[in-house]
Amino acid sequence: MKIDVKHTAKLANLPLKEEEVKKFEKQLSEILGYIEELNKVKLENVQATSQVTGLEDVTREDTASPSLPADEVVSQAKKKHNGFFEVPAILDE
Amino acid sequence: MDYLDLTIIKAKELLSQKKISSVELTKYYLERIEKYDKNLNAYITVCTEKALNAAKTADEKIANGESGALLGIPVGLKDIYMTKGIRTTAGSKVLENYTAHYDATAVSKLKNAGAVIIGKANCDAWAHGSSGENSDYGPSKNPWDTTLVPGGSSSGSAVSVSAGFSLAAGGTDTGGSVRLPASFCNIVGLKPTYGRVSRYGIIAMASSLDTIGHFTKTVEDNALYLSVTAGKDEKDGTTPNIKVPDYMANLKKGVKGIKIGIPKEYFSKGLSADIEIPIRKALKKYEELGAEIIEVSLPYTSHAIACYYIIQPAEVSSNLARFDGIRFGNTRETFGPEAKRRIMLGTFTLSAGYYDAYYKKAMQVRTKVIEDYNNAWKKVDVIVAPVSPTLPWKLGEKADDPLAMYLSDVFTVTANIAGIPGLTVPVGFNKGLPVGIQILGPHFSEDKLYQVGYAYEKETEFWKEKPNL
Repeated sequence: MKIDVKHTAKLANLPLKEEEVKKFEKQLSEILGYIEELNKVKLENVQATSQVTGLEDVTREDTASPSLPADEVVSQAKKKHNGFFEVPAILDE
Repeated sequence: MDYLDLTIIKAKELLSQKKISSVELTKYYLERIEKYDKNLNAYITVCTEKALNAAKTADEKIANGESGALLGIPVGLKDIYMTKGIRTTAGSKVLENYTAHYDATAVSKLKNAGAVIIGKANCDAWAHGSSGENSDYGPSKNPWDTTLVPGGSSSGSAVSVSAGFSLAAGGTDTGGSVRLPASFCNIVGLKPTYGRVSRYGIIAMASSLDTIGHFTKTVEDNALYLSVTAGKDEKDGTTPNIKVPDYMANLKKGVKGIKIGIPKEYFSKGLSADIEIPIRKALKKYEELGAEIIEVSLPYTSHAIACYYIIQPAEVSSNLARFDGIRFGNTRETFGPEAKRRIMLGTFTLSAGYYDAYYKKAMQVRTKVIEDYNNAWKKVDVIVAPVSPTLPWKLGEKADDPLAMYLSDVFTVTANIAGIPGLTVPVGFNKGLPVGIQILGPHFSEDKLYQVGYAYEKETEFWKEKPNL
């Protein structure tokens, strides 16, 4: 399986350098080649397992309790404004 | 006496008799770190001042007659545990300047039990790796031979206990990251049952596989540590309301009549003779001690790595999406090569058109791996197996071959896929290097694993061998 590294990097919001793109093309194709051995396994009618605890719909009492103070939450952001995180614009005007 | 010979149990005894103080003990380890860690690189951050303050508080409590399971005991923590007010990097430059806002549940439990946090241990960045070499802060070195890897991803934690920098250390095990370094460093390491120890505040790698384990010198110490960290946590929905047993209660009962399964698929051409010889010897010892050795089959073992390297990167890509450099940390180009590979791999296998071919198939194989184990538990109480297929390898040997690195997890990933617990115990040396076994059991059978591990340890006492630093 050949992987479209540039497209995948875009989906992952992962900036890659040109030399990384080349290196990953080779390495990821090798890894995918290996994991494709699963195609040989007969799996008709086998249920998928997504978790192993057997627990479902774990809830807790819906009671209010203190959270981290807002100023502490934003304290490590590189950009903040009036106690909020400042994020890049995603829509043009 | 030489503090190097101490275990947690012994140190607690001396502390309560006031023959030593926690401050003395903590200073002893801090001085050893200062002296030897330049060569070993076990720690990213050493918490000198905070540790000495905590030790002083512990001494005051001891003087007041108070007790605690780990009161005054110096412990290291993998730098993936959130520790309030202490830098927490996950071994990555993305979090180079990040200070945790809160304590992980495991950390608050350790603190409440009186443990002294001595520092934040080096690890493969985001816990991605089998050797420790994927750390953005340089690799840790194996104390038994500094040209070799100590095993990863909880590399620094294992080195810390092995080199005498702390009496115990916290790690995480998503595909073998506690068991493998324990076996490479001649120490005891536990991967608990999935859900036994809360993952809250541990930086997530692959959420359906992550477990919060730990390293100690002995099995008894290990059981004591688990009695502190195990249990239900409102903040982690995967921790069931299952009673935490007294892990010390059955420890010394021996293995007479215990049925030990040997998976035939693990003793195949992939297993180096360097490892097989000491393990066969250990099995013989178990027979002498009255255990019954029974061959079992885990036929899906050969598909486990492929299954694991689909599920795990898929969950990694999703968990690492939160590191965008906006709320904290540096931007995404700061990720190291292995994190980037896994993000890419996971994003690809989850992307439109590929889900059925990869992720869904892997989840079906997961069902088959679980069935393998469930069939085995009908015949045996525990399974004893190799941890690594080879002795520790040279630093750099697999650094440019990610697939070769992945394949070193071949014997450990199935326990994570099935969510079962595994305990690594030293079984001797070959060519001067440590070899360990892993004892695997059904969900929540940690007490049984400790019982089986202790019986062997008591007879052989390999843990008493120490590396020459």
